[in-house]
Amino acid sequence: AAGMFLRLLSDVRWRAANPKWRRMTCCRRSASSTAEPHPVSLPAQAQVVICGGGIMGTSVAYHLSKMGWKDIVLLEQGRLAAGTTRFCAGIVSTARQVSIELKMADYSNKLYQQLEQETGVNTGYVKTGSISLAQTQDRLISLKRIASSLNVMGIPCEIITPKQVAQLHPLINIHDLVGAMYVPEDALVSSANVSLALATAASRNGVQIHERTSVSHVSVQKGCVAAVETDRGEIKCQYFVNCAGQWAYELGHSGEEPVNIPLHACEHFYLLTHPLKEPLASNLPTIVDPDGRIYIRNWQGGILSGGFEKNPKPLFTEGRNQLEIHNLQEDWDHFEPLLSALLRRMPDLEALQIMQLVNCPESFTPDMRCIMGESPAVRGYFVLAGMNSAGISYGGGAGKYLAEWMVNGYPSENVWPLDLKRFGTLQSSRTFLRHRVMEVMPLMYDLKVPRWDFQTGRQLRTSPLYDRLDAQGARWMEKHGFERVKYFVPPGKDLLDLDQSKTFYKPDWFDIVGSEVKCCKEAVCVIDMSSFTKFEISSTGDQALESLQYLFSNDLDVPVGHVVHTGMLNEKGGYENDCSIARLSKRSFFMISPTDQQVHCWAWLKNRLPDDSNLTMEDVTWKYTALNLIGPRAVDVLSELSYAPMTPEHFPSLFCKEMSVGYANGIRVMSITHTGEPGFMLYIPIEYALHVYNEVMNMGQKYGIRNAGYYALRSLRIEKFFAFWGQDLDAFTTPMECGREFQVKLEKGMQFVGQEALLEQKQNGVYKRFTMFILEDHDTDMDLWPWWGEPIFRNGRYVGKTTSSAYSYTLERHVCLGFVQHFDEKTGEELVVTTDFINQGEYEIDIAGQRFQAKAKLYPFSSLFAQRRRKDEVELSGYQRE
Amino acid sequence: FYLTPPQVNSILKANEYSFKVPEFDGKNVSSVLGFDSNQLPANAPIEDRRSAATCLQTRGMLLGVFDGHAGCACAQAVSERLFYYIAVSLLPHETLLEIENAVESGRALLPILQWHKHPNDYFSKEASKLYFNSLRTYWQELIDLNSGETTDVKEALINAFKRLDNDISLEAQVGDPNSFLNYLVLRVAFSGATACVAHVDGVDLHIANTGDSRAMLGVQEEDGSWSAVTLSYDHNAQNKHEVERVKMEHPKSEEKNLVKQDRLLGLLMPFRAFGDVKFKWSIELQKRVIESGPDQLNDNEYTKFIPPNYHTPPYLTAEPEVIHHKLRPQDKFLVLATDGLWETMHRQDVARIVGEYLTGVHHQQPIAVGGYKVTLGQMHGLLAERRARISSVFEDQNAATHLIRHAVGNNEFGTVDHERLSKMLSLPEELARMYRDDITIIVVQFNSHVIGACQNEE
Repeated sequence: AAGMFLRLLSDVRWRAANPKWRRMTCCRRSASSTAEPHPVSLPAQAQVVICGGGIMGTSVAYHLSKMGWKDIVLLEQGRLAAGTTRFCAGIVSTARQVSIELKMADYSNKLYQQLEQETGVNTGYVKTGSISLAQTQDRLISLKRIASSLNVMGIPCEIITPKQVAQLHPLINIHDLVGAMYVPEDALVSSANVSLALATAASRNGVQIHERTSVSHVSVQKGCVAAVETDRGEIKCQYFVNCAGQWAYELGHSGEEPVNIPLHACEHFYLLTHPLKEPLASNLPTIVDPDGRIYIRNWQGGILSGGFEKNPKPLFTEGRNQLEIHNLQEDWDHFEPLLSALLRRMPDLEALQIMQLVNCPESFTPDMRCIMGESPAVRGYFVLAGMNSAGISYGGGAGKYLAEWMVNGYPSENVWPLDLKRFGTLQSSRTFLRHRVMEVMPLMYDLKVPRWDFQTGRQLRTSPLYDRLDAQGARWMEKHGFERVKYFVPPGKDLLDLDQSKTFYKPDWFDIVGSEVKCCKEAVCVIDMSSFTKFEISSTGDQALESLQYLFSNDLDVPVGHVVHTGMLNEKGGYENDCSIARLSKRSFFMISPTDQQVHCWAWLKNRLPDDSNLTMEDVTWKYTALNLIGPRAVDVLSELSYAPMTPEHFPSLFCKEMSVGYANGIRVMSITHTGEPGFMLYIPIEYALHVYNEVMNMGQKYGIRNAGYYALRSLRIEKFFAFWGQDLDAFTTPMECGREFQVKLEKGMQFVGQEALLEQKQNGVYKRFTMFILEDHDTDMDLWPWWGEPIFRNGRYVGKTTSSAYSYTLERHVCLGFVQHFDEKTGEELVVTTDFINQGEYEIDIAGQRFQAKAKLYPFSSLFAQRRRKDEVELSGYQRE
Repeated sequence: FYLTPPQVNSILKANEYSFKVPEFDGKNVSSVLGFDSNQLPANAPIEDRRSAATCLQTRGMLLGVFDGHAGCACAQAVSERLFYYIAVSLLPHETLLEIENAVESGRALLPILQWHKHPNDYFSKEASKLYFNSLRTYWQELIDLNSGETTDVKEALINAFKRLDNDISLEAQVGDPNSFLNYLVLRVAFSGATACVAHVDGVDLHIANTGDSRAMLGVQEEDGSWSAVTLSYDHNAQNKHEVERVKMEHPKSEEKNLVKQDRLLGLLMPFRAFGDVKFKWSIELQKRVIESGPDQLNDNEYTKFIPPNYHTPPYLTAEPEVIHHKLRPQDKFLVLATDGLWETMHRQDVARIVGEYLTGVHHQQPIAVGGYKVTLGQMHGLLAERRARISSVFEDQNAATHLIRHAVGNNEFGTVDHERLSKMLSLPEELARMYRDDITIIVVQFNSHVIGACQNEE
């Protein structure tokens, strides 16, 4: 689409030095084909080299230069904005599911709006608004959920009736609609021109732009970027930014030290038509019909319409293809379902003449979220790619966050959902990517209900007990490639098919999980938690203790055999990781972190631990199977199996000991659980896993043992007000904000990362507070269930969002966890959140536009649970002691 | 009694099998795209067999159909064993040594064949050890012979066929201490089977044929029409050369008795076959083996019966005729089928039906708008029509099934008549054999791009 606009500018020789470059364009256009290819030679060195002249590369260059970095070189193998950016449909849409994506899109929209004024380049920006249609009630619910989060962000948005849709757009057939969402500020742009405008501004700010220069690889020295090798010579540099779009994967693998960027291209088709007899107005809203899998925008009096089909065509699996992006074939037969959907939505278009079917490859990622951040393997190697067809919507915001990351060390928002380090080498298999993106692309328009799991690329990492558990009715979900049990379907009981089980209401597994929870509370359950990331850190002398004491916020100088819950904080006191660390000996530590921390935590520690050959860190995740024995009878099962007394006098809470279980020796037993129920974690060398499991199940029979899954675990931990990293906690939340001051060694006079920030918070108070909400007037059977991301209202005013939720089988109520902020009523300024502020408010949680009353609590219901506990039971493992 | 279309489909599709040579993202380097195969029984149980496998230690793919008679034992044995004999015959000396050393020292063997089997295509577990030992003896002899020359495919095929038939004969003479196996090897030897085997390696296609199954190449002419090229000679009474050959091999005095009622010695339709030791062994040998054999064998009138005018055995051979063909881009597919198909359909019709089926499914010309004035509505109609054509007319997913549907259900106009199809398929077991024979079909589809590229290289 953008091709037309682009040709005007594509022959520009980008010269930072020449302020009159725009005038030169005009005179050069005719002679461009014969002009010498590279009038400006490459610099020998630069601070930053950006590879890729599409929307991402130019946006990063623009924002870096705005933030004051000047020594920047941008390299493009062909012409600026000539790849996917050139072909992109140019829709700027803020209707996004993930909050960080929503923020990026909102920023992009505001940036593009003023870009023409700033740069003088015509960006084709038109505020058209967008209408997302719902053909089903479920779709309408998902739109309402998005509308709720847009509204609290201050982005105008309303749910409208089919009749209102017809008023906004003359061509739409509304007969099969149940409603729609209207976002009036969404816009259209010429994506290539936006990119050129960003390049123009960057260029004025001193960024050097070189076209027709391809990067062959990045040289690395001592784990840091050293230079970029191009077909025109080498540029020494400190930072490299890979914005190579669908070639990013390959570029990442071209160097000696591979950087894994898991993305894969798929063909994407859209249709261009000639103008209608009465040309369409250029401000006509863009239509998104996800149930029909299509989008429709006005384009030069006609329409541009494409979609995300069920059977995508992945391409370039084998790597860089010499086939020019422009020569991809149109495939009308493939487009047929989308064309049918288009004509069903706008029957009057039948007589409209076709101009072209464009085939424009887009890159997709394994989890449908884009990829940004620094490589865990090579310092100074940054990535921004894998936009899942939303490059224009994200371009501005993504470029801004990445620039902040490079300049300040971290972006101004929590970008963990997009962080490159959420992936490891395990997501880098081309086969995996090819299969996964074939699922991801249709998912763009599929209905996304709570707790959906990817179906492709599964069974990659499994526990040795996988087959045993599977045979007992386990239903699986996946985290970081690892199969984990959701729950166990009892024999003789059938659940709905995958497709039919999609719901925003009470799910079909409700009673199954309920009985697992009951068993955890009254007897004993076993949960396979092998996916957790496990590191061992040891040293010859005191180096391990000294380094860890600095890097972790809690005091690790505990007697050997004790377990400590601690955060791994950044300078601002935010949680980079939340883990349990057992002191195995004077000089060695065993660290357990969430599953998806495997890459991030490793890189964080590697970069901060002293370079000392006497200090070693090993990833032992694969060496141990972890079984959680949970429930009041866990102590009985374990003591019978080990012939060792396991009562609190002998085995106090937060204790770790190697012992024998059954025939197997060397089992690391810890008196911790991740739910607040009494119990033990067993870390079992994998070859003993089956034996120990069998022994536990046999011995447990008389105590009523059964298998349980993660859904039961989640219900338990949420009703106990336990925060989980990656869900509730992130790099922008501190221990002070979630009532965990007791896990911080502030009083001990020891230096640690984040200390100053925490001290300041201790003195001045916090600006948000982790709070537990119990839904009051919510009918579990009839009402929509909360998920996460629901807005929280205090006395009718928005104060924050939920981060997780679960049904508490004990309270027989829904529990939501979330952060409460305090915005000044007049200025909107953030104020300190006090205990009184939390306690003296009437709360409501907004689920898809419907508000439910909620009771806020800062402490769990210890008394309520205590009554149900046995007297002789193990003391709580104590996340929440005050 | 009437079968509904879904019932007809379930009968026709019960034995269908498809194999696509794995693609590496459009870079399939094999000249074979894949194959479809299917069988429709008339005998109960069916006496036809089929095999397909990829050679792992040499290049190339093997496909074959086997038509058994006097029971299915021989066809079954040949379908299990022949490809191993062929693969071993093709192996270079070093590989044979490596394999033998592995067996000798109890190490894991290099896999020789990758089979592509329908779940109904079974292998006999009981006989595997026996078969393996015979095969090993064969490769040991090949090692000792070490000619040092590169293996000629034609020669390898001929050697393999002859050797296997020889082993079948020998195993029956020696017998086996295990009574089950002893009976099995005798049943194999006393029943018979024809074989039509294709070996495809790049542009080199070899067809080795013994008996009256047939291989046919489907060629697309420049005008898009289809023609058939037969790549095998039927070994039966209709083949003058075959009749001549048989006559040459026996004294003049027997001439008038050799072929009677279009049958060998008035008994056997195919003039070449595996097994059938009744036409190969001396009378003394036959009697000795039968007498010392198990009772079941003695009770069987057929095995005890000695053909009339039986003076100078052997009258029958398993030696194949091998035809070599260099594949060209216009050679789109190969049909291997037992006589059950060729009795009912002319090869020209076979070429047309398969050709149109394959192009309809896979090579529907893509539409390009180009400079034409096309409206969305027109395009929509056109696409809907193309879609309908694919889904309804070509309801078969398998070219062999499609061919069987035509072979059994074609009316006088050459189109499938559902009523006829229903009747033919609902015949009771004992009647079915009178109206049709077992049909076994393999349709191999070639990759014209790869073949074209190979040609250019040469």
